Amino acid sequence: MCGIAGLIHRGKSSNVGSELQGMLQALKHRGEDSTGYALYGDTDGKNFIMRFKVGENVGEGSSSIVEDVSVYDERKKIVDQTLAELGAKIVKEERTLPYSLRYEIDYDKKDLLDFSQRIESIPGVEILSMGKSLEVIKDLGNAKAVCDRYSLDKLIGTHAIGHARMATESGVDIKSAHPFWGYPFSDVSVVHNGQLTNYWNNRRALESKGMRFMSECDSELIAVYIAQKMREGASLEEGMKESLTGLDGVFTYFVATKNSLGMAKDTMAAKPLVLYESDNLVAMGSEEIAIRSVLPQEIDTYDPFDGEVKVWQI
Amino acid sequence: MANIKTVSKKSKAQSMGMHTEVLTGRTQQKFFNPDEAENFYYFGTYDVDFNQRTDLDVKDMTAAEANKEIDNLMSEGYGTIVIKNPQGKHSLGVGILNKLNLIFEGSLGYFGMGSCDGPTVRINGRVGWSCAENLMAGKVVIEKNAGSCFGAAIRGGDLICKGSVGARTGIDMKGGTIIIGGDAGAFTGFMMQRGRIIILGDVGINLGDSMYDGTIFIGGKIGSYGSDAVDSDLTSNDQDWLRRKLKVAEIGENFDVSKMKKVVAGKKLWNYDNLEPTEKKGAI
Repeated sequence: MCGIAGLIHRGKSSNVGSELQGMLQALKHRGEDSTGYALYGDTDGKNFIMRFKVGENVGEGSSSIVEDVSVYDERKKIVDQTLAELGAKIVKEERTLPYSLRYEIDYDKKDLLDFSQRIESIPGVEILSMGKSLEVIKDLGNAKAVCDRYSLDKLIGTHAIGHARMATESGVDIKSAHPFWGYPFSDVSVVHNGQLTNYWNNRRALESKGMRFMSECDSELIAVYIAQKMREGASLEEGMKESLTGLDGVFTYFVATKNSLGMAKDTMAAKPLVLYESDNLVAMGSEEIAIRSVLPQEIDTYDPFDGEVKVWQI
Repeated sequence: MANIKTVSKKSKAQSMGMHTEVLTGRTQQKFFNPDEAENFYYFGTYDVDFNQRTDLDVKDMTAAEANKEIDNLMSEGYGTIVIKNPQGKHSLGVGILNKLNLIFEGSLGYFGMGSCDGPTVRINGRVGWSCAENLMAGKVVIEKNAGSCFGAAIRGGDLICKGSVGARTGIDMKGGTIIIGGDAGAFTGFMMQRGRIIILGDVGINLGDSMYDGTIFIGGKIGSYGSDAVDSDLTSNDQDWLRRKLKVAEIGENFDVSKMKKVVAGKKLWNYDNLEPTEKKGAI
């Protein structure tokens, strides 16, 4: 049992970091092994923002192997060298935690596949997100703990999706935590509640097409599946609709891009989702109490039906 | 062992030692002697006065605290309780085994009004998954939409949603009536065993999948039928009953029930009819 939440403001920006923190904290009883945020902040759109990790959180409850912090420094150096070789200039650098970094990068090429493959060929390094607006932040603990650790409560933006995870299919670590970046697409992220039963068949097929998987978490498949559909020319909504038959199992998932937010529910409607929709705001979550954290007043909400796909623009 | 290929079902089962008793119907047994009524105590029940009314603001209460307070108020004789600020909390109003007018001014989360027996409830909002699960008797009216597993395993009472509901409405229900003013999702009536479901709008795929018994009335389109669900003739008695039920439920005014579809179980289970014949006749 995991919890997912998302919201999109239409026509204005808001404090989406704080709002999503409230929504995910309301769902913490659904799982607090890890919590992840995909925040679409207000930026000038010139530089890429790359969130990446050079190691794992090995704190209490982690299933990762303890490494010496000096290893993180070595990996960071190699990342810096590789970026220079790729012609990417680091404009701003933040190291929130020893294993977690945020770079603003001046990089003019559009194809991020080669870029990502080069960076992630460095052992122990994983790009959590790459985009001109998207920032994926995920770590062990509940929503408030992660928000406080990364100071997310002041982030202003238009939309966001997040995930409170109870680990079932894979370990308690950052690499298995949601959201997943829609590698190698800029600004695409995915969160999922459910279980996919044709993971390995799909994974083998997608890997043969050059797509990469960083974890053995079944939810990562959705991000890669949608990304592959978009590589083949499908729109976000078309890719999501194809996933209803291409993915087997029970699921409710959200996908966000720079300008949009979408939801899909499997044909059995086995996983919960409550949705609030108005002209200015769409808010949704696994339970109504998530929506209530941003809209405490009486509102009209509903459950999307089985096999339903919806996409909203900012 | 006897040759099981050549004997009848009854002797086959008996020769295998599965059962030897004579099935007479469980409801024909005496569970309760009316002569002993004055000695009978039903846990959790109180004498309440419907004219005694009070408000209860649960904004800062947990579900357990709120439910305990409802119980306290009933023990003080309050027969009408208005719950303010439920704000989507889970498990509110569960386990009420009493006559009571209960009004929620707002929406409920999961498992609202579960395992109740007797209250009349109006929810001026929406409800999450599994509303009124296991309802034994009483009436629950939801003014807006409801989530999945609406009325799961209810055994009696009327459960009414004026909006639309999610998937698996009436799953495993064993009696009572569920009335939906809007649409319903997939697997409506999944494994239902008794009772009736009325959907005025459309219904999703796999309607009545694996249903044992009971009846489903559909006013709109059917996504698809589940296994064991088949169409049946809508009789004049059915129509009279539907009109009466919709009128009492204050829903579907002027709805043309003569065009509704009636869906029942197409299979007949071994010994199923023998178990509770009186109850079965009552349900049909």
